[in-house]
Amino acid sequence: MIETKGLRKSFRSRQGRETKTVEAVRGVDLYVGEGEIFGFLGPNGAGKTTTLRMLATLIEPDGGEATIAGADLRRDPGEVRRRIGYVAQGGSTWDEVSAREELVLHARMYGIGKADAQRRAVRALEAFQLTEFADRKCKTYSGGQRRRVDIALGVIHDPKVVFLDEPTTGLDPQSRAHMWDEIRRLRSEGVTVFVTTHYLEEADALCDRLAIMDYGEIVAEGTPDELKREVAGDVVTVGLNGSTPEAAQLLDSEAYVNKLETVEGGLRLYVDQGATAIPQILRKIDGAGIHLGTIELHRPSLDDVFLEKTGRSLRES
Amino acid sequence: MKLLRDTWLIFQRQMLLVLRNPVWVVIGILQPLYFLLLFGPLLKDALNAPTTADAYRFFVPGLLVMLAMFGSMFVGFGLIAELRAGVIERSRVTPVSRLALMLGRSLRDVATLIVQAALITVLAIPFGLTVRVGDVLLAYLMLGLIGVMLSAASNALALKLRSEDALAPLMNGVAQPLLLLSGILLPLTGWVATVADFNPFSWAVDASRALFAGDPGDSSVWQALLILGTLTVLTLFWSARSFARSVR
Ligand SMILES: Nc1ncnc2c1ncn2[C@@H]1O[C@H](COP(=O)(O)OP(=O)(O)OP(=O)(O)O)[C@@H](O)[C@H]1O
Ligand SMILES: [Mg+2]
Repeated sequence: MIETKGLRKSFRSRQGRETKTVEAVRGVDLYVGEGEIFGFLGPNGAGKTTTLRMLATLIEPDGGEATIAGADLRRDPGEVRRRIGYVAQGGSTWDEVSAREELVLHARMYGIGKADAQRRAVRALEAFQLTEFADRKCKTYSGGQRRRVDIALGVIHDPKVVFLDEPTTGLDPQSRAHMWDEIRRLRSEGVTVFVTTHYLEEADALCDRLAIMDYGEIVAEGTPDELKREVAGDVVTVGLNGSTPEAAQLLDSEAYVNKLETVEGGLRLYVDQGATAIPQILRKIDGAGIHLGTIELHRPSLDDVFLEKTGRSLRES
Repeated sequence: MKLLRDTWLIFQRQMLLVLRNPVWVVIGILQPLYFLLLFGPLLKDALNAPTTADAYRFFVPGLLVMLAMFGSMFVGFGLIAELRAGVIERSRVTPVSRLALMLGRSLRDVATLIVQAALITVLAIPFGLTVRVGDVLLAYLMLGLIGVMLSAASNALALKLRSEDALAPLMNGVAQPLLLLSGILLPLTGWVATVADFNPFSWAVDASRALFAGDPGDSSVWQALLILGTLTVLTLFWSARSFARSVR
């Protein structure tokens, strides 16, 4: 659905008397499959929005190529526009008109006829639970309601691909969960969703695959599980009352143990997949007659991935 | 066809917004209204005009040009607000015609302008203003050209500057000399008149006066229409290009 090669963009900005060049996006290669929710994770200024704006035909790339929903970004931006929806990070509604009016106008800007646009607006208002205040001015909406209007606008013309730039920033946990449901619903309708976020939990829970971006480059790409496994696999902590050295000797020779550390009160084992390793560990220890206190499985979080790939924690940045 | 349809679409939305909040239409006509009521009465003596009606026949046509200038030069501020709200960016991801985004807004300004101009004309009638309908319509056509041109220019500059703080001093800096060098308030003489020959709005004022004097065949009329028409087309090209390219 989306394929990019070497997408680049730099900005020149003036600071006082000197001009500085910011390399916002430095050669992005991406592949997003049909019907996927693809996540774009990265700290402030990583270049997420710039990448999206290039893919949405809003700014011209300095270099590189992209094909979106079968249309070539450089040769046929008009066709790209017809096939995609884009929801900007900063919102897109006008204070003095209602959600319904915005939806109808937006549909009509895609060339859709008046009656059809009105029908689509009704459907979108229902789907995004906006019907109740559909005819109130946008300035009277809450932040979350207004954000839902933005998303509804982005998909009013049934695009094949929709780009959502931080759709959940500023939403309360409940609205965020609603938004996730709505995004999943889009996927179930066959829409490919490209979503940016700062939230690790969101990337983890929502996305089929994701890319981590830092300083304008993709530093990691894969399913959330793949990425986490790529870091260190799983971590199993075994609590032992004594006989730690014996257990260490016993387990160190096992093939599925990548690394073994002796810690206070037991062992820490790095394994590829905790779920299959735990029964084997249990059998081994039990078989040797060693008394097992506790056993615990930790999955590395996306934050561990981020830490490994960028040398910084996303939570700190 | 698509251009017409899209322009109509944008125009409708923009007119809806104007009608929903018509206070700006009223504010736009306040300045010429004050001039009509408080400055007009001084003119009979100042110009040595035989009658008050003569003074108004001289003054109102220029006043309408002033209305067209000031009503259109500052529309860029509205566009900056739209840019900030993300409305323009939202339009630009759709296949809607870029030229229509600009034309729809300029037509809104022309429509507002014609209503305002009609109001001022009607309000001047009690002071003795008389004019033929055909001549007035031709004058309004000229005002419309001024409206499209300045509104397009203002929007193009707004897209470039993207900040009220930059647009306001620029527009004020340009508006005042253009006003003073157009002969709206007093007849121009001496070197100021020479400089004013380079001001297209001074030509517009002359033509407007000829029309209100019932003299549509006067050479100033076709000259002004030609000058303004050419400038309008050029400005439209420039503005349309800014709309198509405007990044960020
Ligand atoms: N129009 C512009 N002019 C100059 N610099 C820009 C412009 N747009 C973006 N940048 C710079 O490019 C870099 C990437 O910005 P971008 O908005 O793509 O980041 P982001 O990943 O979306 O960040 P955030 O999470 O804060 O939204 C930043 O350093 C930013 O300052
Ligand atoms: Mg961003």
